[in-house]
Amino acid sequence: MRRLFNFHGGVKPPTHKTESNREPIAAAPLFAEYVVPLHQSIGGTPQPLVKAGDLVLKGQRIGEADGNMSSAVHAPTSGVVKAVEMRTAAHSSGLSTLSVVIEADGRDQWCELKPLDWRSLPPAQVREHLQNAGVVGLGGAVFPSHLKVNPGKQGHLDTLVINGAECEPFITCDDMQMRERGDTVVKGAAILRDLTQARQVLIGIENNKPEAIAAMKATVKALGVERIEIVPIPTRYPAGGAKQLIRVLTGIEVPHGHRSTDYGVQCFNSGTAAAIYDALELGKPLISRIVTVAGNVDKPRNYEVLFGTAMKDMIALVGPKPDADRVIMGGPMMGYRMPNDAVPVVKATNCILVGSAALFPPPPPEMPCIRCGECAKACPADLAPFELYWFSKAKIFGKAQEYHLFDCIECGCCAFVCPSRIPLVDYYRFAKSEIWARERDNSAADTARRRYEFRLEREEREKREKAAKLAAKAAETKAKLAAAEAAAASGDTTAPTPPPGADDAKKALIAAAMAKAQAQKAAAAPANTAALTAEQQAQVKEIEARRAEVEAAVAQAAKTAKPEAKPDAE
Amino acid sequence: MLEALIVMALGAVILGGALGYASIRFKVEGDPLVEKIDAILPQTQCGQCGFPGCKPYAEAIAKGEAEINQCPPGGDDGVHKLADLLGREFKPLSGEHGIEKPKSIAFIDEQTCIGCTLCIQACPVDAIVGAAKQMHTIVATQCTGCELCLPPCPVNCISMVPIAESVETWKWKYPVFELKTRQAA
Repeated sequence: MRRLFNFHGGVKPPTHKTESNREPIAAAPLFAEYVVPLHQSIGGTPQPLVKAGDLVLKGQRIGEADGNMSSAVHAPTSGVVKAVEMRTAAHSSGLSTLSVVIEADGRDQWCELKPLDWRSLPPAQVREHLQNAGVVGLGGAVFPSHLKVNPGKQGHLDTLVINGAECEPFITCDDMQMRERGDTVVKGAAILRDLTQARQVLIGIENNKPEAIAAMKATVKALGVERIEIVPIPTRYPAGGAKQLIRVLTGIEVPHGHRSTDYGVQCFNSGTAAAIYDALELGKPLISRIVTVAGNVDKPRNYEVLFGTAMKDMIALVGPKPDADRVIMGGPMMGYRMPNDAVPVVKATNCILVGSAALFPPPPPEMPCIRCGECAKACPADLAPFELYWFSKAKIFGKAQEYHLFDCIECGCCAFVCPSRIPLVDYYRFAKSEIWARERDNSAADTARRRYEFRLEREEREKREKAAKLAAKAAETKAKLAAAEAAAASGDTTAPTPPPGADDAKKALIAAAMAKAQAQKAAAAPANTAALTAEQQAQVKEIEARRAEVEAAVAQAAKTAKPEAKPDAE
Repeated sequence: MLEALIVMALGAVILGGALGYASIRFKVEGDPLVEKIDAILPQTQCGQCGFPGCKPYAEAIAKGEAEINQCPPGGDDGVHKLADLLGREFKPLSGEHGIEKPKSIAFIDEQTCIGCTLCIQACPVDAIVGAAKQMHTIVATQCTGCELCLPPCPVNCISMVPIAESVETWKWKYPVFELKTRQAA
């Protein structure tokens, strides 16, 4: 029996898992329209590769990763691109984001799938393939996986942790995937074990999922994979947090400012492991995931859903109750309220939670903090939530950062236990986004300062260069003057002997320059009449005389015509 | 008596020498106060304060030649920060130097641009690219929104576009508890 460790704090909210894990995973039907946002992972927004009117096949890349910290996006089904436009994002802000709207043609035809011979290729190429396949962490943080498939500084990992804890209430997508499709999870874990050269793989599953634990154990035995162990862990929220699960399984507590790979540990979600198997062995890009649709509905269930499916289409399948009034992406503890039910399912959507005033009653009025310390007891990140609350509320962000605000995982334990019902996480989210905005402003100001100073320096340099050029020219002139003077002094009789003095020498120079200019002017004058024979010159003269005559006649005619024209005008 | 005087004089000489040496050895380059003030200013380099850039304004504040409320892009928030740093009273933004506007960046209408390069010369952060008789454009990520390119443009083809909030730059709002009035029975 493996020795397990304990993490600080945590809570035990009602799990609500049995509602949705009784039915097997169903495939969502094909819908008419898919709205695929390009920005679905942490990092840069992918560049669209298609435009309106293009035909796309299922699995075809429609968004190319923008930089290393980004991941590609693919068409969920075959059809026609209706538009590449701004559509409301699956984000609490209700703002829109660049999305590819695909009208399904109903054939659901795959593009050509290219499995990768990952065993014989260098790791960099495998990572590139994962990036192009759009594989990101499916636990909810959507961190690009290709950046995590990395043996770390030592060149190999000690322990690879596969996160099947799924601690958040209502959500059962990982549970059902491990029960029904455990083989892909285990095979994916084996691939990750080899890619990261991990000594052992621990798949942590909360012990409130006995079916999943049994199924996974049977799968590991049946597949005969080595160095992979299924470890049941005690059920306590948030055991599924990466740092918490690492702590429970290995006893390692990753300090502030460090990465788990510094200690030879890396953590992947179980769904991500399956996605990595699909991407490498089958060549399938990430275009769908298992989503729990639960909450205030008649038949909560797990579905395999293509990205871009409208949430309301999924909710319609499970029969929302009449008092359903809100949609939450994720669970009740960490989920985000959606602006409306038409937003698409994205890579981060592990659960569509339908809420109502009865299921999630509005919080009672916020009372003053009494410094009871319950939040500090519950905090799994070993923070002092009440201090963070004070500083966030008073907008003293520097102090909040000193108290390690950014180590907060927003799990909601503190707000869950708070006797004053303070929405603590809301304050932390507010403080975090304010700090990020300030950092953006500061870095923009720094860039502007650098560029402004460079510009000043450049202007200064240009001025210096110009001055140097002028000085060089002046020196040249002076040398010429000196030469002229020397010539005068030696008694040159051809030039009118100027008395020694700069003024006269200057005058001579000016006169010489003017003469030169005149000569140039003369040379530049039109020369087609210069070299004519006498005969031609006579002809020219004759023509000139005739022209003068005609002109005089015209002038005469105008004079006589004027008085005649006048009465007409009157 | 004489001994005491000698001891005191010697002490004064030694301490004076030590202080003199320290002032040379540990000399602080530049004025740290100016750097601190400059760090608060938004670096728009717009000159609305009446100085030819943020650094000169920071120097003027440090010398006490300028008020702290002359920077419209910094806004009231910036004035608060300066007041905190300098231990002065907060003053609302002075109207004569301009008003606080939403953060914008310049945009060149490329159909109208005649390629005169006047705006390029005016831009304090070299955020405009183009050449004589070639169309110009703004490098959006580097534009500080100083509006200095607007007056020199002979064809008025530059406009200021407010920066729209995006999913990436959206900020969580300060939590407020909604007070509900009881409905009439």
